[in-house]
Amino acid sequence: MGRINATELSWSVKGHRLLDTIEMAAHDGKIVGLLGPNGSGKSTLLRLLAGLRRPDTGTVRYDDTSLRDLSRRVLARRLAVVEQDVTAHNHVSVRQVVELGRTPFRGRFDALTEHDQRIIDAALERVGITDRQRQSWHTLSGGEKQRTQLARALAQEPREILLDEPTNHLDIRYQLELLDLLGSLKVTCVVALHDLNLAARYCHHVVVLDHGQVVAAGTPEAVLTTELIKSVYGVEVLVDREPTAGTLRITYLAATAPRTADATAIAG
Amino acid sequence: MKTNLRMPAGRAANSSAGHETAPPRLRRAPAAVTFLMAAAGLLVSIVAASLFGSANIDHLDVVSTILRHVGLGELAPTPPLPRLLDALIWESRFPRVLLSAAVGAALAVSGAVLQAITRNPLADPYLLGVSSGASTGAVAVLLLGIGGGISLSTGAFVGGLVAFGLLLLLLGGGRVASPTRVVLTGVLVSQFFAAVTSLILMISGDANSTRGFTYWLLGTFSGARWQGVTYTIVIILIGVLAIQFFAPALDAFTFGWDSAAALGVNVTAVRIWLMVLTSLITAAAVAASGAIGFVGLLVPHAVRILASPMHRSLLPLSALGGAILLIWVDTFARTAFTPHELPAGVITALLGAPAFALVLKRLES
Repeated sequence: MGRINATELSWSVKGHRLLDTIEMAAHDGKIVGLLGPNGSGKSTLLRLLAGLRRPDTGTVRYDDTSLRDLSRRVLARRLAVVEQDVTAHNHVSVRQVVELGRTPFRGRFDALTEHDQRIIDAALERVGITDRQRQSWHTLSGGEKQRTQLARALAQEPREILLDEPTNHLDIRYQLELLDLLGSLKVTCVVALHDLNLAARYCHHVVVLDHGQVVAAGTPEAVLTTELIKSVYGVEVLVDREPTAGTLRITYLAATAPRTADATAIAG
Repeated sequence: MKTNLRMPAGRAANSSAGHETAPPRLRRAPAAVTFLMAAAGLLVSIVAASLFGSANIDHLDVVSTILRHVGLGELAPTPPLPRLLDALIWESRFPRVLLSAAVGAALAVSGAVLQAITRNPLADPYLLGVSSGASTGAVAVLLLGIGGGISLSTGAFVGGLVAFGLLLLLLGGGRVASPTRVVLTGVLVSQFFAAVTSLILMISGDANSTRGFTYWLLGTFSGARWQGVTYTIVIILIGVLAIQFFAPALDAFTFGWDSAAALGVNVTAVRIWLMVLTSLITAAAVAASGAIGFVGLLVPHAVRILASPMHRSLLPLSALGGAILLIWVDTFARTAFTPHELPAGVITALLGAPAFALVLKRLES
């Protein structure tokens, strides 16, 4: 169970500041949700955390090592990334996709070892696509593709996983299953999510981004208030507890006037 | 407390509403067996193709001549041939067969690499203009004397690299380009360099050299001699072997640049290395034989379907398959209509155009 720590991360493109002095942390196998409207910087933040883009300022640390001191290969042995909406350009089988997860552990000319095969089998089993492993990836449904990507990530035996809106395009059942699975993994996860109810239910901790800034962070109960949701998303909501299990419930009532940009005041 | 939805083992079976028809299973022979068979096929092809030719020489004599020259003379079943026939086989036919094999390997591997790094199944050194750029470089060196005495191959290499660089520049680094955009950009690059080549030919070539060049630009192995052939084979062999080092990285490109980087691949370094190596082998091929199209498209796709899309198998099998294909294409080109000889590029284009259409159809489905 790894620890991710981001301090004072900023990133700009052509003079536009997309992320502004972000502070966030994830540790101990907890699920951290990244929330915020479209364009608030969730995907960008995930890319910086994954080391796929270099921040203008600030540091990302894995345990106590700065990302700058980790080679791509060494990082890939502990951190897996599940991107949004990926497509394969060739006709690979499901198992071959999952085998890619062993890339950071394999020598250039090494065949997969027994050990690798066992890890791949376990990853396939874990996401429930063992019986599809010989099938071409292109013939899978959206939910199966997403699970295959997760299996590939698991084959990296990661201590941390970053996921960019993994529940997109999935029907309700797969959304719940996927997040249940993440919860059972004992891996530290940072997940960008759109659905506030899913975030409330599955995340131990949420970080709300708006215009590239962290406007609130804390437990879902502390952060997901009617005021915050109104100011960040521009939506009137009712926040209460679902009567049987007692989980936080957010009911959307109406879209309000244009979003107020000044949401910084409501930092959690 | 979170509810815990368990995921039953048979779960996937009842979620397959979208595809009740039996999904395509990918059943294949073990990689090592396929590789050995292809390698044996190449050896047999090299010898067998040397048996064909305009001069009618007994097959056993041909085999004996080759054995004698590779130092296995004691195995030769027939006595030595007269010097003239010996030279015809060893100085003309045999190097030509080897050259076509090397060029086929280079173009096929080049195609496989281009398809992976542009993430486009329609990529091919010829279609993307790398071959055109190499032709321009070669013609510029030969006719304009640019570069002050650098060889034709060096000119072709520089031309190929420039064309490749231009292609990637126009694609914005090739990070996220749609297949259509990649192909259209390739058309643009290849038309541009074809125009430059024509321009150079028109302003500085006389009628005779222009005709000779036109023939060469279509792609032909006529005139292959040991000296140039050895040079070409060595470059291509080194390039093709070096590219094998990048097989795991090319696999990691399956889901794109960021995905490869997240799997531990140093994307920038890999891209530069592959660009240089692909230009090198394409240029060596073009400098030796002109621009032969579609081999880079035909062969890797056939290998993906018949063997595996993973590059640890795909790259070596494409090399062997490309070599075998061009050996037989050239054998047909030089013997089918004797005494006339066809440019090999015309035949690959005749085979390649329908293959292109098939890949396009598969891409759209």
